Amino acid sequence: MHDPAFETLVPRPGRRRLIRTALVLLALAPAVGHAQQQAPQPAPPPPTQPLDTHIGLIYRPQPAPSSYDAEAAPEDEGLAGARMGIADNNTTGRFTKQTYALDDVALTDDKSDPVAAAKNLVAKGVRYLILALPADAVLAVSDAVKDSGVVVLNAGASDDRLRGADCRANVFHVLPSRAMLTDALAQYLTVMRWRKIFLIVGPTDADKAYADAVRNSARKFALKITAEKPWTFGPLAKARGDTPTRAEAMVFTRGLDYDLAIVADEEGDWGDYVSYRTVDPRPVGGTQALTPTTWSPVLETWGAAQAQNRFRRLASRLMRPLDYQVWAAVRTVGEAVTAKKTNDPAVIAPYLVEPDFTLPAYKGVPLSYRPWDHQLRQAIIVVQPKALVSVAPEQGFLHQRTPLDTLGVDLPETTCKFK
Amino acid sequence: MSGRVEAGLSVFALGAWFALSGPAAAYTAYITNEKGNSVSVIDTATMAVTGTWKVGRRPRGVTVSKDGKELFVCASDDDRIDVLDTSSGKVVRSLRSGPDPEQFILDASGNPLYVANEDDSQVTIIDIEKNKVLAEVPVGVEPEGMGLSPDGKILVNTSETTNMAHFIDTKTFQVIDNVLVDARPRFAEFTADGKFLWVSAEVGGTVSVIDVAQHRVIKKITFKIPSVNDEAIQPVGIRITKDGSKAFVALGPANRVAVIDAKSYELEKYLPVGQRVWQLAFTPDQKMLFTTNGTSNDVSVIDVTAEKVVKSIPVGLLPWGVAISPN
Repeated sequence: MHDPAFETLVPRPGRRRLIRTALVLLALAPAVGHAQQQAPQPAPPPPTQPLDTHIGLIYRPQPAPSSYDAEAAPEDEGLAGARMGIADNNTTGRFTKQTYALDDVALTDDKSDPVAAAKNLVAKGVRYLILALPADAVLAVSDAVKDSGVVVLNAGASDDRLRGADCRANVFHVLPSRAMLTDALAQYLTVMRWRKIFLIVGPTDADKAYADAVRNSARKFALKITAEKPWTFGPLAKARGDTPTRAEAMVFTRGLDYDLAIVADEEGDWGDYVSYRTVDPRPVGGTQALTPTTWSPVLETWGAAQAQNRFRRLASRLMRPLDYQVWAAVRTVGEAVTAKKTNDPAVIAPYLVEPDFTLPAYKGVPLSYRPWDHQLRQAIIVVQPKALVSVAPEQGFLHQRTPLDTLGVDLPETTCKFK
Repeated sequence: MSGRVEAGLSVFALGAWFALSGPAAAYTAYITNEKGNSVSVIDTATMAVTGTWKVGRRPRGVTVSKDGKELFVCASDDDRIDVLDTSSGKVVRSLRSGPDPEQFILDASGNPLYVANEDDSQVTIIDIEKNKVLAEVPVGVEPEGMGLSPDGKILVNTSETTNMAHFIDTKTFQVIDNVLVDARPRFAEFTADGKFLWVSAEVGGTVSVIDVAQHRVIKKITFKIPSVNDEAIQPVGIRITKDGSKAFVALGPANRVAVIDAKSYELEKYLPVGQRVWQLAFTPDQKMLFTTNGTSNDVSVIDVTAEKVVKSIPVGLLPWGVAISPN
C-alpha cells in the first residue's frame, strides 16, 4: 500500500473555506479524547446453510471505433469489473459458504430492450440488477421491476435527476452524481484559488446537464463563471492529427478573463482539443484534462494498487471508471449479504442505508449510502491522465455528518421523495 | 503534528528521558522504505541512522531472525523475500515467497516463516533453511496482517477486502475458523498470555478484541480525537506490552498513536507522531516503541513508560515496516 503525501496538498488553515451548509465542529480545548466502547458484540456462528446469490448486469457494449482509437472503450468495459467483484465475493464466500454468480446481458444493438432483459433476469430469480445504462433506461427498468422486490444498482448514469425528482426507492447509485463530480473539481479550484471559470458547453443534453452541475458547484463554492460559450466546432478531438488547425476554435477563447476553462463534453468529442490551444495559457478541466472521477489507472493509494493488479491479471487491460463502479456495485451486494447472512432483498435494501453498512472501496474512507437519495457517499479523485492531482473532499471542507457530504446534494436541499 | 516540530521538542525530552531511565541498551532497528527500495538502520541507543541498505522493490514487511544475524524483507514487487546479513548489510539470498509478499511472521522456533501474499489471496509457509514452500493456504482477498499465538499453534491472517481474521492450524496448515471484523483489517496481535487477539480495521476505524478460545469478538474499541475527522482515524499497527498492561495502536493519517489500558480497554492518551503512522515495534526491553510515519518519511520513538514521544528520526522514502534486533 502506498500513501503519497496527500497531507501536503491541503490548504493552509488560513485558506480554509466552509461550505454554506456546513457546521464547524472543531473542539479546540481538550487535548486528549476518549475511547468509545461498544457493548460486547458476540459474533454469531458461521452460517451452516450454503447461500447462492445471482447478480445481474445489463450493459451496452461500446461500438468498436470506426478507425484507430488509442483509448477505445473495450467491449467488456464494466463487465470485467463485475467479474472481479464476483471473484472477490466468492473468495470471501469460501469462508461463509456463500457463492455468487454473474448473469450478464449485453444489449448489442439499438433495438435490444433493457426492460425485457431485466424482466428475463427477474423471472430467472435474479434479485440484484446492476445497470450500466443511461438514465432513461435506469428509470424504465426500475419501474418495471418495482413490484418484484428487486434491488437496482445504478453504475452508469450520473444524472442528478435520478437522485432528485426522478429518484426511486428501489435504486441505489454507486457512481457519483454530476453534482458530486463538479463539487469535487470546485473544491480543488477553491484550494488553488482559481476562482474564475470559462465554461465551454457541448451540444448534447448530457453536456448541458454537466454544465448545469458546474454552475451549481460554482455557486456553492463561491467561484465565478466569468465566461460561457457553446462549442460549435464539431468533434475536433476525433479529427485526425494532420487535419489543419481550426483557427476559429482557438480564437473563440480570446479576450476572456479566467483561471481555468471547464469543458462539458461527456462524449469525449472535443474536450481534449481545448488543452494547449487556448489563446491565453490556461489549464483545462471538467470532462477532460483535469477530471473528477471514480477511478484511474494512476490511483495506487489505499490498497488501490492491489485492485489494479488483480484487475489487470483478470482482464488483460487497465481498469476503467465503469469497471470500478460495477465492481463496487457487486461488492455492495457481497458486503451486505455477508453481514446479514441472507440474500433476501427485503433485508438487504434497508440495511444498505443503515449506519453500520460500509463499503471499503480503495478510497481510504468507508463509503456508505445516503438515506435520502440512495447515493453512495464517496471520495472523488481529481486526476490528469498521468497523475493523481488531488482528492475531494479537500481538507478544510467540513460537515456536521461527514466531510463526504460536502460533495453533491445534501439532505436539506434534496428534491427526492421516495414513494 | 509535523516531525520537525517534534524534533525540536525532543532534545529536551530526550535529556529528561535519559535522566529517568539511565543509558538505554543498544539494539538495532530496521526500517523498510516502501518507495526508497531500501532499509534504514538505526542504533536505538544513539537514535541515529547508521546505514541504508539496498533491497528489492517495494519493501514492506520486515523481521529479524531469532539470533539477530539475518534480516528478512518482503520485496513485494519482486515477488520474493530478501535475506540480508545484518553484519554486512548485503542481500545474501532470496526466498521463494509466492507473489506479492506483504507481511510475515517468524515461527517462535525461528523457522518456518508465514507469509501473506497480498495479490494472491493466500498464505505461503516457507522453510527458511531449505528455501522450500511447505504449504499454501487459501485465505480471503488481500491478505495482510499476520499474528502467531505465543504457543505457536495458531496462525492468524487478516484479509483486507474479505474483512476476516482467518485462524490457521500451524500443524495441519488448515483454516480452522474465520471471524468477521470491521472493514480492511491490517494487523493482528496476540496478547502474551495467548488469550486474546487484537485486530485493527483501517477503514472501519476500530480494533476488535477476539477471545481466542471462542473465536468471537468480545470488544470493539473505537477512537475519538478532537479536531480530527473520524475518517482520518485509521488503525493499523498494534503492539501490546508483555505484561499485558498497555496497548499501542497506530492511527494512520490521524498522525497519532493511541495508548490503551489493555485490561480495561480504556483509552489513556493519544501521542502525536509523524504523518501516516502504520507499523510499530518495541525494543526487546520494551522501554521504547518505534513507529513508521509514511508521509513525513520519519520514525518516531516513544518512551513506553513515560508515554511520550522522545525523538523523530528521518529515514528513507515512505517508511512502511519496522523490526528491532533481539540483541
